Amino acid sequence: MAAEPAVEASGLEKSFGSVNVLAGVDLTVPRGSRYALLGPNGAGKTTTVRILSALTRPDAGRAWVAGCDVVADRHRLRSRISLAGQYAALDGLATGEENLRMAGRLSGLGRGQARRRAAELLETFGLGGAARRRVAAYSGGMRRRLDLAASLVTEPSVIFLDEPTTGLDLPGRLVLWRVITQLSDSGVTVFLTTQYLEEADQLADRIAVIDGGRVVAEGTPGELKRRAAAQRLELRLAGAGAFEQVALAAGDRVIHADRGGLIIGVATDGTAAQVRALLDELDPGRRAVAAFSVRSATLEDVFLALTGHAGQEARIGHPSGGPAHQAAHEKETSGV
Amino acid sequence: MSDAVLSLPRRPAAGRPAAALARTLTDVPVMIARCVRLSRRNLDAVLTSLMLPVLLMLLFVYLFGGAIATGTSYVSYVVPGVLLLCTGFGAASTAVTVCQDMTGGIVDRFRSLDVPAPAFLAGHVLASLARNAVSTILVLGVAFLIGFRPHAGPAAWLAAAGILLSFILAISWLAAAAGLLTRSAEAANGVTFLVMFLPYPSSTFVPIHTMPAWLQGFATNQPITPVVETLRGLLLGTPAGARPWHALAWCGGIMLASVAVSGAAFRHRTA
Repeated sequence: MAAEPAVEASGLEKSFGSVNVLAGVDLTVPRGSRYALLGPNGAGKTTTVRILSALTRPDAGRAWVAGCDVVADRHRLRSRISLAGQYAALDGLATGEENLRMAGRLSGLGRGQARRRAAELLETFGLGGAARRRVAAYSGGMRRRLDLAASLVTEPSVIFLDEPTTGLDLPGRLVLWRVITQLSDSGVTVFLTTQYLEEADQLADRIAVIDGGRVVAEGTPGELKRRAAAQRLELRLAGAGAFEQVALAAGDRVIHADRGGLIIGVATDGTAAQVRALLDELDPGRRAVAAFSVRSATLEDVFLALTGHAGQEARIGHPSGGPAHQAAHEKETSGV
Repeated sequence: MSDAVLSLPRRPAAGRPAAALARTLTDVPVMIARCVRLSRRNLDAVLTSLMLPVLLMLLFVYLFGGAIATGTSYVSYVVPGVLLLCTGFGAASTAVTVCQDMTGGIVDRFRSLDVPAPAFLAGHVLASLARNAVSTILVLGVAFLIGFRPHAGPAAWLAAAGILLSFILAISWLAAAAGLLTRSAEAANGVTFLVMFLPYPSSTFVPIHTMPAWLQGFATNQPITPVVETLRGLLLGTPAGARPWHALAWCGGIMLASVAVSGAAFRHRTA
């Protein structure tokens, strides 16, 4: 059966005052998928999520989520979706348990049902020991988990997660990744936003890249990676002089440059003949290149190619406190 | 994560008016419980709203009272006004908490749980009523200890409670509106200073005829004076004339205007 998509948006526009945040967003999110909206700060991620979860009205365009129009049918929509926003929506002066019980009661559960559900969720999210502590004393990661738990007191068919791991340390991020994966395995459509390519690559089966209020690319992580150069030849240079010499010789074929690390990446098809030719051309004296490897393109490459935000590489590529993502997620195909 | 996470049924939607009303009725008690819990744990606000009216009463009775001739014992003269003063202090915390809810993200949770806006605001207002009941009882208790001796029968007490209740409701809705119209807790707090100041140029602390002529007109016709005079009339037997009707009209007017403004402001903030 060709099920209708979980989310379908066309031509969404939104301005706040004179700031044009969304300039026509189109999205189709298949039911049951894990969908990432990837983009830098200010690209329009949060506004898109707020429109899709019926918290903000679009100025133009239409969207359907879980079969409901986000404007006309917003009350019915709200009973079918959950939202965990960017800033944990919790009462700091209340305990974790009290927050969940309140969410349960407001979701239509009876007193006893809400209490049982709160206990269940606290255990599930590893917060059993902190159930009776005030949320103000929780760490950032605990708050995020509690916030996610609070949005799961009843079953949603689509859950929106706005930057679920921003500001979390690595263990906190890994726990949330696991929770999100399990949530998706249980059949819920997960729609998340992130500014981390690594996260989108890890979590999502489809990605939309948003920039300047528009979707600039959409597809599976693999499809997106294939849109940039499939492979890149990564050269480790012998010194600063060698770096300048090779950078000059490669010109606009450079797709990655790290002056401090003396690394230059050049597009290649990965064949031995081409790699050999490139090395000969860029380093005729055979002294400048100390080592090389051929790597498959990362989403970072794709992102830079699509948005041209070379200056944001550091922020986008390296989530704070995250692992050395290149080592973890690039497949090294050969090396010297 | 266990399978239990997604085991519960979906909730009914609140689309139709009848369903929205039912949702409001079931959500209001939850929202009241929340606000009462939060204010109980906000020790600063509890102390301010409980201690300041009592301290001000003691200040006026023992420091200024001797110099103010009111025709009755000053403690009897001032207590009805101190009860209104409590409301002003209580209003500050209502405005601040509403403002914090709007700016702090929790309103998004309530909206995604489809809590109707009236339930959200009524929770704040009714919790404010509960806080005010506590401070009123405290002030009355201390007032009795320092010599407040009203001569009122049960009917008059009941009527006084009714007037006080209308005033508290009106000011609490006004505070909720202030919380919705401001973008920071400081600004919300600032707006309520106007309410806290209003008892001074009224008959709360000094008889109006002792004021300069240009102020008398304002003092006579502002909302606090008829409410205070109505309470005095009921509790102490002073002549109140048509003032109870003025008092009720003021309370009703303030409340209706504040409810309307709150509704519009909430819709505007969440558009």
